[in-house]
Amino acid sequence: MALTKVSEIPQADRWADLKDIAHTLRHHIVHMAADSPGAHVGGSMSVTEILTVLFFDGVLRVDPAQPKMDGRDYLIFSKGHASAALYAALAERGFFPVEELKTYKQMGSRLAGHSLKSIPGVELATGSLGHGLPVGNGVALAGKHDGSSYRTFVVMGDGECQEGSVWEAAMAAAHYKLDNLVGIVDRNGVQEDGPTEQIMALEPFADKWRSFGWEVREVDGHDVEDLSRALHAVPFVPGKPSLVLANTVKGKGVSFAEHAHSWHYGKLSGDQRDRALADLGPRRLREGRS
Amino acid sequence: MTVSAAVATDLKVGSKAWVERHGLSAVETCRLAQLELARQDRRFFSLEADLGDFGGFPFRDEFPDRYIDFGIAEASLVGAAGGLALRGKIPLINTFASFALMRACEQVRLDLCYHKANAKIFGTFAGLQAGFSGPTHHCIEDVAIARGFPGMTVIAPADAVSAYWATLAAGHHPGPVYIRLAVDVTAQVYGEDCPFEIGKGNTLRDGGDLTLVASGLTVVAEALAAAEILAREGIDARVLDLHTIKPVDRELLATAARETGLLITVEEHTVHGGLGGAVAEAVAQDAPVPLRILGIPDAYAEYVGPYTEHLRRYGLDAEGIAAAARQALTAKKGR
Repeated sequence: MALTKVSEIPQADRWADLKDIAHTLRHHIVHMAADSPGAHVGGSMSVTEILTVLFFDGVLRVDPAQPKMDGRDYLIFSKGHASAALYAALAERGFFPVEELKTYKQMGSRLAGHSLKSIPGVELATGSLGHGLPVGNGVALAGKHDGSSYRTFVVMGDGECQEGSVWEAAMAAAHYKLDNLVGIVDRNGVQEDGPTEQIMALEPFADKWRSFGWEVREVDGHDVEDLSRALHAVPFVPGKPSLVLANTVKGKGVSFAEHAHSWHYGKLSGDQRDRALADLGPRRLREGRS
Repeated sequence: MTVSAAVATDLKVGSKAWVERHGLSAVETCRLAQLELARQDRRFFSLEADLGDFGGFPFRDEFPDRYIDFGIAEASLVGAAGGLALRGKIPLINTFASFALMRACEQVRLDLCYHKANAKIFGTFAGLQAGFSGPTHHCIEDVAIARGFPGMTVIAPADAVSAYWATLAAGHHPGPVYIRLAVDVTAQVYGEDCPFEIGKGNTLRDGGDLTLVASGLTVVAEALAAAEILAREGIDARVLDLHTIKPVDRELLATAARETGLLITVEEHTVHGGLGGAVAEAVAQDAPVPLRILGIPDAYAEYVGPYTEHLRRYGLDAEGIAAAARQALTAKKGR
């Protein structure tokens, strides 16, 4: 799939394109959650636009033909449970065939419920929460040491930020002035047991990051324009790590899963799949898109 | 001061004479070997958790751009080591054994071992050396934990000379390696020459009546001393330094089992899952013979005390090892 350079796409078409891609990813997620033993539906649907803008709006400097290309940006997908969204984005971006998504969590597949390191485009096997940011620090520190220009993007869940290791790493990133490091938090407000503010309150969340020395921008995590503006503007301040706090909706796009902690993880029945697809509406594929 | 002097020495680096002239402990020779690795290869980084100044080591002065202190935050440190390894660096992680392997256990498991990271962990205060500090600073479970991680190499050098060569060997060995160390000056086992090949144990003394299989600081020297005591009683004990606990030297153990018919393992570690476990797993499959596992029983120390008193209390000094050997030999003959 040859992508047109972002700069050559008229603005209006660019945003429409990104929305269509996000829509396509959601279709894939629904099918994966219906055809497999189950998927983390809520967190996959909430992170969809974040992945769309990272992979399809020229933010991540990566080449699907050379996943280990020297000088590439690093995406560390720390909320590894939302693998359905990650795999959908990687497949649509050309890291492996879209057809392979049908093998999600099937016998013999490499598409495990939490991403394996052997999957093209996956830099770090994740799934145990709180690992991505410390590892991202190491990748960013190596880049600083080597004078390399690559950036490291770490996508985290909001519930994940209850792990102490996140804050150990947040402290270290600011201490070492890692402005080549970008944290993105999918702030969908809901974790497995319920709303984050009821289970273990994160607010004032943005202030926490600021007080740890990060430059924070809050965006609408389902608005591709808003996300794009923020992610193309990193580092927000030289000498500081950047944090994009993306306000999202858990289960976005599937009416019965929105805001529902019960859909943190689950298998869609045939009926639920049909309702989810009806909620999304038919796939809007533009010319040239797979 | 001893460390600075040891850097600019006229003695053979890594020799017993060098260690004794400068009064070096195993952790000091290990740190000096790390410095040597860093001089040879720019991929080596020293990672610290607020213990990097321990003994005034010169790594930070010589390689400030490859020295990273993460403060008192081991998960952050070990995770970052995983990230550095993703970029082809070789992180040398220095902290207390219990903090690296237990506080940051899951980071060691996933960020290092699962990813086959080329990272090395140097754990100090392993065993009971922090005698007076109490059980929070004793570390008697590290080998069992480290041994459980797929792909992790586990090494317990016998003395400061061995620690030097073990560190160099680990630096050139791909994948995650854990080396257990301690900070006090301990008895010397090796002289001018210390053959050190990962996975190959050393026979320190030949003998046909039984085999003492020891691993780690102090206890290898105590096992040798125990063999001397036994020799005076006409008991001919073989002594093996099994410095690499994983992968274990199965051939050496099987030969010792067949030729001596009785193995006694000696370690400054809980009797569950450490050297004794590794030896039992090997000989039970390859050449089953009676086996005794000497170590720390299934309990935390109840008293503070000096290191030597702790060893005596647990029967890990020469007299204790010799007594256990006598008893095991008698039991075997009576069967």
